[in-house]
Amino acid sequence: MKTQEQEVVKEKSMLIQKEMLANLFTELSNSRETGKKVVYTFVPGNLTELILSFDMLPVYPEINALQSGMRKKSAGYIRDAEKLGFSEDVCTYVKCDIGMMLNGNIGPTGEKLPPPDLLLLSYTGCFTFMKWFENLERLYPGVPVAMLHTPYQEDGNVTPEQIDYMVKQLNEDVIPKMEAVSGKKLDMNRLSQMMVNSATSEDLLVKILQSAKNKPSPIDAYFAGVYYIGPMFTAFRGTSEAVDYYSQLNNEVQDRISKGLGPITPEGEIGEEKFRLVVEGPPNWTNFREFWKIFYDMGAVIVASSYTKVGGVYDLGFRHDPAHPLESLSRYCMGCYTNMNLPQRVDLLADYVTEYSADGFLINSIKSCNSFSAGQLMIMREIEHRTGIPVGFIESDLVDPRYFSYANIKNRLESFFQMLEQRRIIMSQEQR
Amino acid sequence: MKNFFLGVDLGSTTSKAVIINEEDQIIGRGITNTRSNYSVAADIARDEAVFNGRFSILKKKLSGEIAARSEYKKYIDDLESVFQYEQFKVRLDKLGDELLKTCRSYFKEQQKQEEIIGHLRNIRRSFKPVIKHDYLYNNLGSRNQFFRDIVSEKYNEEVGKLSMSLFEPLMTVWDKSISPAENQLITFDFAELVQKAMDELDEKYKNIPDTYADNESVNFDAELNLLKGNYNQVSETLRKHIEEITRLDFKITNMTGTGYGRALLPFPEDCIRSEILCHAFGAHAIFPDTRTVLDIGGQDTKAIQVDKYGLVTSFQMNDRCAAGCGRYLGYIADEMSISLNELGPMALQSEKEVTICSTCTVFAGAELRELTNMGEKREDILGGLHKAIIMRAMSLIARSGGVFNEFTFTGGVARNPAVIKYLTHFIEESYGTDIKINIHTDSIFMGALGGAMFARRNIRAELPSKSGKKEFSNESSAAN
Repeated sequence: MKTQEQEVVKEKSMLIQKEMLANLFTELSNSRETGKKVVYTFVPGNLTELILSFDMLPVYPEINALQSGMRKKSAGYIRDAEKLGFSEDVCTYVKCDIGMMLNGNIGPTGEKLPPPDLLLLSYTGCFTFMKWFENLERLYPGVPVAMLHTPYQEDGNVTPEQIDYMVKQLNEDVIPKMEAVSGKKLDMNRLSQMMVNSATSEDLLVKILQSAKNKPSPIDAYFAGVYYIGPMFTAFRGTSEAVDYYSQLNNEVQDRISKGLGPITPEGEIGEEKFRLVVEGPPNWTNFREFWKIFYDMGAVIVASSYTKVGGVYDLGFRHDPAHPLESLSRYCMGCYTNMNLPQRVDLLADYVTEYSADGFLINSIKSCNSFSAGQLMIMREIEHRTGIPVGFIESDLVDPRYFSYANIKNRLESFFQMLEQRRIIMSQEQR
Repeated sequence: MKNFFLGVDLGSTTSKAVIINEEDQIIGRGITNTRSNYSVAADIARDEAVFNGRFSILKKKLSGEIAARSEYKKYIDDLESVFQYEQFKVRLDKLGDELLKTCRSYFKEQQKQEEIIGHLRNIRRSFKPVIKHDYLYNNLGSRNQFFRDIVSEKYNEEVGKLSMSLFEPLMTVWDKSISPAENQLITFDFAELVQKAMDELDEKYKNIPDTYADNESVNFDAELNLLKGNYNQVSETLRKHIEEITRLDFKITNMTGTGYGRALLPFPEDCIRSEILCHAFGAHAIFPDTRTVLDIGGQDTKAIQVDKYGLVTSFQMNDRCAAGCGRYLGYIADEMSISLNELGPMALQSEKEVTICSTCTVFAGAELRELTNMGEKREDILGGLHKAIIMRAMSLIARSGGVFNEFTFTGGVARNPAVIKYLTHFIEESYGTDIKINIHTDSIFMGALGGAMFARRNIRAELPSKSGKKEFSNESSAAN
């Protein structure tokens, strides 16, 4: 049957993830009946283990926004937020989220999301998060706000004083507020146990992402990568479900390596791996599938990306530490990609180009995201200078479909791929 | 048999074709502003390039004789000019047919119809000799003028002389007829047109003394003077060579399509390449030390960095907004009711550029009216507008990494002298006076040239296609 043929190819790990997410949203929509408290918080520098240890449920507004983008609902939400007075230049995640609330706060699965019992602002790298929560505070009057300030890695390292500063905030503000909202005392043993699971999952995730060093790469570390990081970056880090998910995913990836297979795409196996790319910047969500297709149709595989590090750069060695739970939460927040300074980002990306044998480096610059876009041109030039590989630059947006111009993006990507191809041919002729 | 290679660049405003030989020399150029149908545009540009190619092969063949006897060169140049007029005449007849057709279907009333047709005949009768004269004596064909521009200028002039009540019906008929006439692919018979052109030249040379008498402003032309009384002998000597190039089998061995419409070209997929690569490669072919290329075309501006092989290492293009490109100038020219070619020279007269704040084409039009009302001089407003375009381009260049020696400027806008003036000024101001700035007379053909170069050099380096893939993997394994 035609419809079956067109169905997206799914592996077992994808089905597990889908079920995990469905259960979470059901649990959220039933939270009033079950009495579970709800915490609104953000992905980069999230305190998921801490939230879960109080038996509370996390909601991530930026995940809802990107899901709305993928489900073609963001245009309407953004329009409603702009009607309320949000400027054209405001982050589209924020406008999409506000618009969603104005429209009854229906989540990605079609179930209504509960209002927050606690607004936990543990932002890293992006100051818009702070303004976002100021808006949420007004939309949900009376809901307590806990703020965890994460110092930026201005000098490119995390100092003991910074850790002390963060642990102090956790002890004096965040944890007492969580205790008050949940009505429970902090259970340090439970938190520590969760971190064992966190570290196991993190080991597996690193193994999965690093599998892209193989030729051909068994995974696409950007377009598929955003699915792989889902459970880790959101509500499941520290759970046994996450360990199961990553074990399953890792088995699948190892199996693909042993069979010499390339990444799986929504249209099945990718053909020949022609180009290996490192990508900087978030993807576009409103035309995600179309965007990805331009790459896999050309045989381009993304072998490493910075976006899959926004919720933790685990390949640099950080793991949640059961022996020092609060310290490791602090280290975790400060180590996320957008909290790294520009020289650190350049180092990381230049290493990716070498370690993953990339043929090209591409930036997808996001019109409404200052925290990612600042410094990107400098990053691009530095990478070109240090690695000598061709670099490319395209522009789109997170969830505002008005800023995704398919023809323009395709035109530039075609030129970019042709650049890579020409270079390879001329260089091989020169070497002979 | 010699091999020739074709590059076609389907731009947003014009379509260009370039033919090169095995030695990478440009043999033929063709350009058209037809844009309703990319396939027709490609064919028109290609045919023109082939015709132009025949003439340049003729000149090459006779290069020895031409050096010794300059009247030969004069004759061949004139012949090509008149040949272009013969082509023009055929298209003008097509336009005449279209105008009549439109008139008959549009004006139902017999009397009105006849009146308009009468005016159309008069208009044509009065402008046709003027245009012919321009082709024969003022080298109109070599000035890269498009059919539409040539005819519309004269048509408007003639309509302007008539009563106001005729303006609307005559312009309506024109608007409905010009595109169909312009977009028709006409198969010209080279041999027939060349013969006609030679006959026409006989007439011209026979009348040389009269022409001088008629028009004293014609400067003394030494070459023309050599032909006086001598043309019969010259044309007879050249006839057999002309017949030879007429019969020449013009074999296009390989071709490359590029530009906006490239995906619509009736070319095999592996003959299509991005215009960014082609502009860079074309610039590199002409100026091998090029490292930074700026291309300003009809609707986009590209800043391209290339390496010593002519390969692109990075590029930046304008996104979302096309202010500051060729179409912007076209819009301004329309707003000022002057022709596009007059813009640059007029802007050069500027003594004090007016600051134009807007970078939006539509707003710039409004600003222009406002400034005119405030009494600013046209020249100064235009100076400001040209400066604004370059300011935009400079920002794009900066985004792409800056200017490295040498710097090559390509695209249709590179023909505008005011653009060149401001660009040179700002490049020197921002990147120093050591930067060598290259601007070629064929700058508008750079993309098509790059395409032709790819077609010649990289025959085996096809891009994504079945055969290309196979050949490529063989090559890379051999290299390892």
